Amino acid sequence: MEQNTLNYDFDEESLGFEEPDKAKAKPLGFGEKLSLAVLGFGILMFALQSMGMPPGGTWAGFLLVFFPVLFGTAFYFYLSFKGTVPGIKHDNIYFRGITSRGILGWLIGVVFTGFYIALYWFPEYLAGGIKIVNPLSMALTGSPANNWFFYGFLYTVAVLVFGVRMFMKYRHNRYQKIRTASVMFFQLGFAFLIPNILMLFNQPEFYLSYFWPLKPEYLFPGTFSYFVNHPGGLGMFLVFWGAVMSFVATPILTYYFGKRWYCSWVCGCGGLAETMGDQWRQLSDKSKKAWQVERWVVHSVLVFIVVTTVLLWINSATSGAVFGEASMSLKKWYGFYIGAIFSGVIGVGFYPIMGTRVWCRFGCPMAAILGIFQRYLSKFRITTNGDQCMSCGNCSTYCEMGIDVRAYAQKGENIVRASCVGCGVCSAVCPRGVLKLENGGTFKDRFPGADKPLGALVDSLKNV
Amino acid sequence: MSAAYGKSAPVRGEEKSAMRIAIIGNGITGVSAALSIRRLQPDWEIVMISGESSFHYSRPALMYIFMGHMSYKDTKPYEDSFWKKNRIDLVRGWVTEIDAAGKSLIMHEKDPILFDRLLIATGSRSNRFGWPGQDLEGVQGFYSLMDLRLLYENVKGARSAVIVGGGLIGIELAEILHSRNIHVTFLVRENSYWTNVLPIEESRMINRVILEQGIDLRLLTELKEIVGNDSGKVRGIMTGKDEFIECQIVGLTAGVSPNITLAKKSGIKTGRGIQVDWSFRTDTPDVFAAGDCAEIVTEGEERNLIQQVWYTGKSQGRVAGEVIAGGQSKYDPGIWYNSAKFFDLEYQTYGMVTNVPAEGETSFYWEHPDHSRSIRIVTKDGTLRGINVMGLRYSHRVCESWVAQKRSLEYVLDHLGDANFDPEFYEKCEAEMIKEIRKQAA
Repeated sequence: MEQNTLNYDFDEESLGFEEPDKAKAKPLGFGEKLSLAVLGFGILMFALQSMGMPPGGTWAGFLLVFFPVLFGTAFYFYLSFKGTVPGIKHDNIYFRGITSRGILGWLIGVVFTGFYIALYWFPEYLAGGIKIVNPLSMALTGSPANNWFFYGFLYTVAVLVFGVRMFMKYRHNRYQKIRTASVMFFQLGFAFLIPNILMLFNQPEFYLSYFWPLKPEYLFPGTFSYFVNHPGGLGMFLVFWGAVMSFVATPILTYYFGKRWYCSWVCGCGGLAETMGDQWRQLSDKSKKAWQVERWVVHSVLVFIVVTTVLLWINSATSGAVFGEASMSLKKWYGFYIGAIFSGVIGVGFYPIMGTRVWCRFGCPMAAILGIFQRYLSKFRITTNGDQCMSCGNCSTYCEMGIDVRAYAQKGENIVRASCVGCGVCSAVCPRGVLKLENGGTFKDRFPGADKPLGALVDSLKNV
Repeated sequence: MSAAYGKSAPVRGEEKSAMRIAIIGNGITGVSAALSIRRLQPDWEIVMISGESSFHYSRPALMYIFMGHMSYKDTKPYEDSFWKKNRIDLVRGWVTEIDAAGKSLIMHEKDPILFDRLLIATGSRSNRFGWPGQDLEGVQGFYSLMDLRLLYENVKGARSAVIVGGGLIGIELAEILHSRNIHVTFLVRENSYWTNVLPIEESRMINRVILEQGIDLRLLTELKEIVGNDSGKVRGIMTGKDEFIECQIVGLTAGVSPNITLAKKSGIKTGRGIQVDWSFRTDTPDVFAAGDCAEIVTEGEERNLIQQVWYTGKSQGRVAGEVIAGGQSKYDPGIWYNSAKFFDLEYQTYGMVTNVPAEGETSFYWEHPDHSRSIRIVTKDGTLRGINVMGLRYSHRVCESWVAQKRSLEYVLDHLGDANFDPEFYEKCEAEMIKEIRKQAA
């Protein structure tokens, strides 16, 4: 054997592979520079106005901030992808600090987390920003902006501009384009415009795209009586809508399409993960250990919500005679720990550290219910193309839900996992055309034993 | 770890008592064999030895590490705990000689490893055709983690590279160097990329993709000489047309050959590869070889069989493992299939599609007007021989069954949509394909 082969002793396990040298980088084009300058102008305007400079709080001030921010960012993404050949764009993901838990990634994590802490507990620190969006709030809702309006607006802006990025990044892939358009549509219409406009007409603020158990209060007795007694009849409709979506539409749609109809096409949490979060999807933990933790935690949250809902109703029916304040404190506890800390601070704040679907994977009770349906009673599956898999691992790497897709693909098995949100990125990044998301003709042929869903459920409980 | 294997004597004896199996190489062949053996023989000892890496990784994923798509860790198909759980012992080190009579592996700077049965799965090595200057600093192939490390060194300060050899590894190397903004000149000896395998139309689609990326593709151009500077580093190459191209990296990717160095040195019979029968037995008792390094001696065929792709490595390993575990399996190459991706253009092939139709074969071809997709259907005596698709995904199982069942062209066209494996919402072109192919068949 050659001596230099015998001398090879690189420890790939502990040293890994860093970024290789790069020949001189291509300079940014004029359009890209201009877009960034416009974005910078918007951010500067935001900073100045939130410190009290004029014309903060007027339409002029609002437009001076958000027109440049929206169009600067959107055009930057548009131009930076337009100059490339359509295809998978994952070069350098593991070399950039921002996408590989480097200093910049941690910094963004701290900023996001800080924002959520301010939003939930110290909204006074956001007063400057809230003032800037005030004109829009007045126009849409008829009342001054508060921290929640400000948050909803920023959230929608993020989904829209990063939606442009996602759209350009996957412009060779129609599934991704249509899906991205869908999350942008539902965020803008159902999660932002409609709830706010409902308020303008003195109707309850209601998100048509969120249901119990993700919005557990929609089926809590307090909300129920508030809606039902709301003048005009719309409240009654909204209660009806919520109940039908939770108990009729959800099982039926999940049976036909898997949980993706909601999680990666409609839901706002999914919407942000699939747009702004796309660059961090590879950070999800793929280990078996993480899968175990995931199943315990997410199903515990579901059980907690079901119990709380039931207790609240018993409490309400008995006028508090049975449980007294206990059920109310459960409700508050949920609002604080699950609603605020889990879905906000960790769910989005930790995007650059733990990946984009931490909340969806470990915390969301809606995802838990949809997952149980998807696993045992749905036609959805990801099929493997014969023996074409060569175990490269792109699918597992880019699975935001931390599913080890390759473990199934290399054995030629279908992927039928409760957590799969059907984003379709595993199929997109596969260099051998192995994976395909499908709604089959029946739920029975997806895996051995799938024809007896109850039996499969019992079997899987043995492995927790 | 090695001491334990060196000192305790292996259990010898009947088929059923616990044996110790050593496997040289932790690539897909070695791993597939190990898993087969473990499945059939729960009590046998299995030792898998590699000097390249501590754990099995996916060789086709090397390129993604260099481009930053994946970390090294992501390329490992199994969690590290998997090996312990399956009681497959992993040894990091180089085997320098096989003592077949003494049933022992001589290791580099480690105690010997004793075995009852041995599988050699040493894979391939990059071809070098004795080009002047091929040993200069900056010249390399791209096959192993060693090559990847070497590329990290060679890429330092490099502005341009020349790739020699128009095959699958060449285009991968071109792609990954291009991703580091290194100017790539790609020399292809033939009149179009990979035409010793692909028909000219598919090949031209890839030429187009290569040029679109900004790679300087030089067809009908050969390497004459690699030119170095005073310190022994590459400074450029001379083409067959006596044109000098400046570069700091030369990628030699003119195919691979079975890595037989160790077997040859140890007196195991080799030809182009390590010669084995259809059950992967070498001429030496209890020594087997499979995967890229093996040459299956065929009776009555024109050439012996050497297969050097991922899939054949996987299935050869599986069968070799069954035989080593005491089974009677014979390797059945089955119906050929393969796939690749050329920059962003995917390719799949099922059955036999040769670059030029063989005697008695008819080839039907459709290409999308924008050159993004194509399909080729080859028939012989009215029945299906093979299918090529570019920019499309077709179902392995469906295409394989059509070839196996010798379906007629009419049958294939009538059911063409069943084979489409593209993601949902993709534009379906089957109607145009069928129309065009019917026209060609008429």
